[in-house]
Amino acid sequence: MSDLTRLTVTAAREGLAQGHFSASELTRAYVEAVEAAGALNAYVLATPEKALDMARASDERIAKGEAGRLEGIPLGIKDMFATNGVRTTACSNIIGNFVPPYESTVTSQLWRDGAVLLGKLNQDEFAMGSSNESSAFGPVVNPWRRRGSTQNLVPGGSSGGSAAAVAAHICAAAAGTDTGGSIRQPAAFTGTVGIKPTYGRCSRWGIIAYASSLDQAGVIARSVNDAALLLGSMAGHDPKDSTSANLAVPDYEAAVGASVKGKRIGIPREYRVEGMSSEIASLWDKGAQMLRDAGAEVVEISLPHTKYALPAYYIVALAEASSNLARYDGVRYGERVPGRDIAELYEKTRAAGFGAEVRRRIMIGTYVLSAGYYDAYYLKAQKVRTLIKRDFETAFADGIDAVLAPATPSAAFGIGEKSGADPVEMYLQDVFTVTLNMAGLPGIAVPAGLSSEGLPLGLQLIGRPFGEEGLFALAQVIEDAAGRFDVTDKWWR
Amino acid sequence: MSVDQATVRRVAHLARIAVTEDEVAHLQGELNAILAFVDELGEVDTTNVEPMTSVIPMQLPLRADVVNDGFYPDRVLANAPAAEDGFFAVPKVVE
Repeated sequence: MSDLTRLTVTAAREGLAQGHFSASELTRAYVEAVEAAGALNAYVLATPEKALDMARASDERIAKGEAGRLEGIPLGIKDMFATNGVRTTACSNIIGNFVPPYESTVTSQLWRDGAVLLGKLNQDEFAMGSSNESSAFGPVVNPWRRRGSTQNLVPGGSSGGSAAAVAAHICAAAAGTDTGGSIRQPAAFTGTVGIKPTYGRCSRWGIIAYASSLDQAGVIARSVNDAALLLGSMAGHDPKDSTSANLAVPDYEAAVGASVKGKRIGIPREYRVEGMSSEIASLWDKGAQMLRDAGAEVVEISLPHTKYALPAYYIVALAEASSNLARYDGVRYGERVPGRDIAELYEKTRAAGFGAEVRRRIMIGTYVLSAGYYDAYYLKAQKVRTLIKRDFETAFADGIDAVLAPATPSAAFGIGEKSGADPVEMYLQDVFTVTLNMAGLPGIAVPAGLSSEGLPLGLQLIGRPFGEEGLFALAQVIEDAAGRFDVTDKWWR
Repeated sequence: MSVDQATVRRVAHLARIAVTEDEVAHLQGELNAILAFVDELGEVDTTNVEPMTSVIPMQLPLRADVVNDGFYPDRVLANAPAAEDGFFAVPKVVE
């Protein structure tokens, strides 16, 4: 039998429906691929026995004609999603042994539709990072390497394990989360497709919180159609998340391949940032041409507050993080370091349990919310956020259907290259992705070409609120024109 | 705005994170780098701009004020570092 891990979700679903192979055979192929890929450090917990049990149950449902839409599809899940009875850590020592007695809404919908859990995927600690280097389980290695080089590169972050696992074919697709670019930046670094839907499209219930007004679940997959298929399962209203939208979930797969003729695509001039590499600039131009060739109209637009999105993001996100992460105090779960009194217990527990980047972010968040600074920082940032959203609203009111922009300022960089003294250097990774989290908008990263060193580069499409269908149609145009990008040298095996 | 070492210690205490003397100087530098970066927002005119409260317009849903979950203390306490008689256990808080 040919290697079943080569298949997209869409092709695997077809093969299962035709009876060319069983869900158990498909899952076994992935379980073996996971075991052979330890060098990537993409999984922090593999669950092969559970996977094979779930696959057997899938085979029984297929035999009875009761197959769900993701029946027998083996997935990896970012360690931010609580999985019932399966250790969930957010890749932090402070909840290093946490075993949830409940299942997140998003993952429960994937299992409802027949998907199979291969294991939990590595990420930056509490999703705070853009390179997966802040994980308590150590960095993930990007399956891609520069042509002729054996240097290990980062897969991006924070959903670095998800992106690396999808690119390395050690899961069919993965669930991730995106607060400032954590799905789209790693997707761009690994030649995969990543979608962050509109805020409220997926329930946040059971997802470990980082910044609640920005966090959204999404998908990393090997094709646009695969991403559409998974999002259709993950999305939907949930009474347990008061910010989840009570709107019907469209048939996203039907939108893939829809005509984009006459769609107006905006190219925001403010995204041509100083020092943008000529490679990224030319990729952007090529992407615009691909959309034009498919009948879309491409026009220049202005989003004047773009440059303030990143600093405003770091205030809003860190303030919310300092509040959300107050719960890790060594009382209800996690590691406890004893102290003379309760205050010392808290302080020692949190000093020992959180990594350096998380401690730094909590402290900044605490500072900007503290008495005397709240108005100058937090309130100011929330006002700037209103202006950032207004920029997009103005563009959409002028008839723009979607915005085309680069996904990242560069291709993947080396492990250790950006973890120097200045944390801001890493924060700049999110310059193109963070604006739409601030505005609550959906965005999709789609691979569009290779760098001169042979690394994947991605473009990003930004849509109207709940305009995911339009994004899938446009992303498919780029996938059709640019092709798919697969790692050819499986050096880790 | 920039922070001095006393502020770093105060913020660490507010955040309930123990810091050693060695860490304070290091954190001061890192915090000031981030604060310098976000100071850029001062340039933006936000007169008469409402701060964002909800990124997608939505009404907060209401439900009946009734208990609809619970009654399984063992599951709630399963991950606790210390528990006794159906309660979380902590060092003595009130003398």
